[in-house]
Amino acid sequence: MFKILSKKILSPGVLFFELEAPRIAKKAEPGQFVIVRVDETGERVPLTIADFDRERGTITIIFQEMGASTKQLGALSEGEAILDLVGPLGTKSHIEPDMGTIVCIGGGIGVAPVYPIARGMKQQGNKVISILGAKSKDILIFEDEMKAVSDEVLVTTDDGSYGIKGFVTTALQQIIDRGEKIAEVIAIGPVVMMRSVAEATRPYNISTIVSLNPIMVDGTGMCGGCRVQVGDDTKFACVDGPEFDGHKVDFKGLMARQRMYRDQESSADEHYCRCQTLGLKKEEDCECHSH
Amino acid sequence: MSLSLKKHSMPEQDPKVRAKNFDEVALGYSEETAVAEAERCLNCKVPQCRKGCPVQIDIPAFITKIKDRDFEGAISKLKEANSLPAVCGRVCPQESQCEKYCILAKRGESVAIGRLERFAADRSLEKGEAVQPIAYAADAQKVAIIGSGPAGLSAAGELAKMGYKVTIFEALHTAGGVLSYGIPEFRLPKDKIVQVEIDNLKKLGVTIEVNAVAGKLFTVDELMTEEGFGAVFIATGAGLPSFMDIPGENLNGVYSANEFLTRCNLMKAYQFPVHATPIRIGENVAVVGGGNVAMDAARTSLRLGAENVYIVYRRGEEELPARLEEIHHAKEEGIQFRLLNNPVAVLGDDQGWVKALRCIKMELGEPDGSGRRRPLPVEGSEFELTVDTVIVAIGQGPNPLVQSTTPGMETNKRGNIVADEETGATTKPGVFAGGDIVTGAATVILAMGAGKKAAVAIDRYLQEKRA
Repeated sequence: MFKILSKKILSPGVLFFELEAPRIAKKAEPGQFVIVRVDETGERVPLTIADFDRERGTITIIFQEMGASTKQLGALSEGEAILDLVGPLGTKSHIEPDMGTIVCIGGGIGVAPVYPIARGMKQQGNKVISILGAKSKDILIFEDEMKAVSDEVLVTTDDGSYGIKGFVTTALQQIIDRGEKIAEVIAIGPVVMMRSVAEATRPYNISTIVSLNPIMVDGTGMCGGCRVQVGDDTKFACVDGPEFDGHKVDFKGLMARQRMYRDQESSADEHYCRCQTLGLKKEEDCECHSH
Repeated sequence: MSLSLKKHSMPEQDPKVRAKNFDEVALGYSEETAVAEAERCLNCKVPQCRKGCPVQIDIPAFITKIKDRDFEGAISKLKEANSLPAVCGRVCPQESQCEKYCILAKRGESVAIGRLERFAADRSLEKGEAVQPIAYAADAQKVAIIGSGPAGLSAAGELAKMGYKVTIFEALHTAGGVLSYGIPEFRLPKDKIVQVEIDNLKKLGVTIEVNAVAGKLFTVDELMTEEGFGAVFIATGAGLPSFMDIPGENLNGVYSANEFLTRCNLMKAYQFPVHATPIRIGENVAVVGGGNVAMDAARTSLRLGAENVYIVYRRGEEELPARLEEIHHAKEEGIQFRLLNNPVAVLGDDQGWVKALRCIKMELGEPDGSGRRRPLPVEGSEFELTVDTVIVAIGQGPNPLVQSTTPGMETNKRGNIVADEETGATTKPGVFAGGDIVTGAATVILAMGAGKKAAVAIDRYLQEKRA
């Protein structure tokens, strides 16, 4: 069991957990992820490691309550524990000294996993320009944290309630246009956002890394559910990634694969909500169709 | 009394009924049937059956015990050589091992050794046998095992009995390896059989750490230098799914058999949404491949509600690598065999979902390297099979996670660990390997045999090191 040492609500539906996991914390590196399973009937949910503290023996996860599994996770309180936590999985981010100027882009809750990468880049003496995107000011997360590890932070909001009105690509274009020599762009966020970033940098031939979070089961290369077309090759995001060359990723295929369980996800969600409303224990008492 | 040339049949669920449920297909012998079947054994002076058993069970001895109604004696005899008899009685390919060599097989059907093994093991599980925990010496040495499948479990049992403190590291959240994620409930019940066998091992004194991914959470070197393990046995199996490398394989609705079976067996997706992991099954399912895994995937598809399930296999009936019993069960349940058909492309709709499998007809030519007749495409014979799900069951390779983080341990060109056949010793001192990670995908019992041999070799290695 892995205890939740601290829980924070970062914005409506976006939660922060600090988990007691000394062995994972000892090995975790920026860019890696964990798999979480809440209880005996839970599914295995991959979540990027937002931060880790080797001395405290903790890792941080940040997630959005989307479907049944993440809602169930979010319903846990400080002091409670999750049943299974597996990691660190995937390859670590490529961080080296003197790479030059790195643009770290986080969209929505994607700001969280970009944070340890930005910090790592900064620690290695690189110039870090960060772009944080959100729909509006009230759901922007991690601004202070990102400011602490960046030379410059640009915020964009879709509705213009804060920072630049527009998308992360609006800010990225400004940086490109002002003649900044960019060594690498790292973008983490919704698939559409990552695709837009890759399209924005392609004409300038700026190396662009994206971090994918496709559907997966085991996270160790066993199921192949997370496969994604990268250039001419089929890659497994769990072991070959999660970071890939954004100019080579087949985003269209990736988006189609994300829809694989859309019908089931809504029925799981209904099931979860109904059981919650009725105050039923998940397994024994519920009279849903499939019991 | 004249000797019957036929085995006593084992009751099974009716094919029409069982094709709609996940309960076990075969129901096992009653006491009376078991004793009657045991009486068919001639108790040969030189028992040929024994040479067909990868773990050297004293087969005539345990059968004699059943004949004498000494059922506790029978299970003790089995357990001397085999730590998982309830599993092996179900999934061993006895027809190509012990039963193949039975003297009765020359004239009729062999003694039903597998069914008798299952009977003795099940009876003992039902009675809830007491497991005596090992009393470890104060200076007992530690052995690490990576992977809790058949090879790992069997090595663990043997080493524990020798007095070693064994820790098994399992990457998934449930122990058992292929017994848990791969073989379906209707062939090998999880709670009733697999879990009980694993719990018995724990009671014996074996520690199992789940959620522990070797190569990520720790390395083999760290186990030996920082965590005080005297030896490491790598038994990570054949976990990496192969795909066909044909167009359309990443469409929605294409599964590796590994993913499909893992969702169903390990994650219990057949009980969705009570169990939160979803699975998608269409009306028409094509399973590509002809081995046991393909049969498992096909029969699982049927139970999940598919109307038409096809086995698409590029060779003919005789070349099907699956056990005869599995093929027979699959046919009884209504699986449709499309033999001498080879997929060339998966076709999708504009939303990225599978709509058909394009195949080409094949004919058999001269024998190839595997000794089987080589399948050759018949020109101009392409056709489309309308399906909405495709399950690829054409084999599994070695997962590279451990090998790539263990310097000094040789692998072959397929990525399997190079290990001595008799001892499991790898090129790295103190590190042993066995089962599918060494041989490539094979059977439960061969992996168990490798685990057993490695345990003996590890014992010798540690004793020599200490001396």
